Amino acid sequence: MKFGKVMGTAICTSKYTGLESLKLLIVQPLSKHLEADGGLVVAVDVVQAGEGDICVMARSREAALAMPEIKFVPVDLALIGIVDEYNVRPDGELDFILKPGWVQYS
Amino acid sequence: MIIGKVIGTVVTTISHPHLKNRRLLVVQPLSLSGDVPDPYFLALDNSQAGVGDTVLVNQEGNGNRQAIQNPEGCINSVIVGIVDSVYLGE
Repeated sequence: MKFGKVMGTAICTSKYTGLESLKLLIVQPLSKHLEADGGLVVAVDVVQAGEGDICVMARSREAALAMPEIKFVPVDLALIGIVDEYNVRPDGELDFILKPGWVQYS
Repeated sequence: MIIGKVIGTVVTTISHPHLKNRRLLVVQPLSLSGDVPDPYFLALDNSQAGVGDTVLVNQEGNGNRQAIQNPEGCINSVIVGIVDSVYLGE
């Protein structure tokens, strides 16, 4: 699950059965510092996200399970949350390197 | 499953019902020195982890659904444990 910023919408009149009532949004995946990271993707919206919202995206099978009714649709990305607040430790404050030998963490 | 460190928290008022009553945390996986670190991801907390904790994260859908006792859960990653210590051979 990653962050994504809604950039626009996509409207398809002819599409796979079961996708009729689903809103398709153009989303820009974001890095942990909310910068653009990778190309634009299309996600199904289930939380009524608007343009410019930063959302939480679920991918693969879990995206299809997030659908309101039919859970068996060809969907691989879904917006499952609109982020209100986000705080992250600055880089370099925490150590992410696995060292050999015994390391005590807590 | 992977070992990662919790680096942030996310507050979502409007979110999918499956995310209710649990914290959404940002996790950065640990990696060996010299390796390219894996990208960050978001995980649903199931074991009261906080920022700065080293955690065990399950990233497979079915395991997540069992962990949060929801047979239709739409969650990619769930924090299933807090790591106390790690031994890594040479």
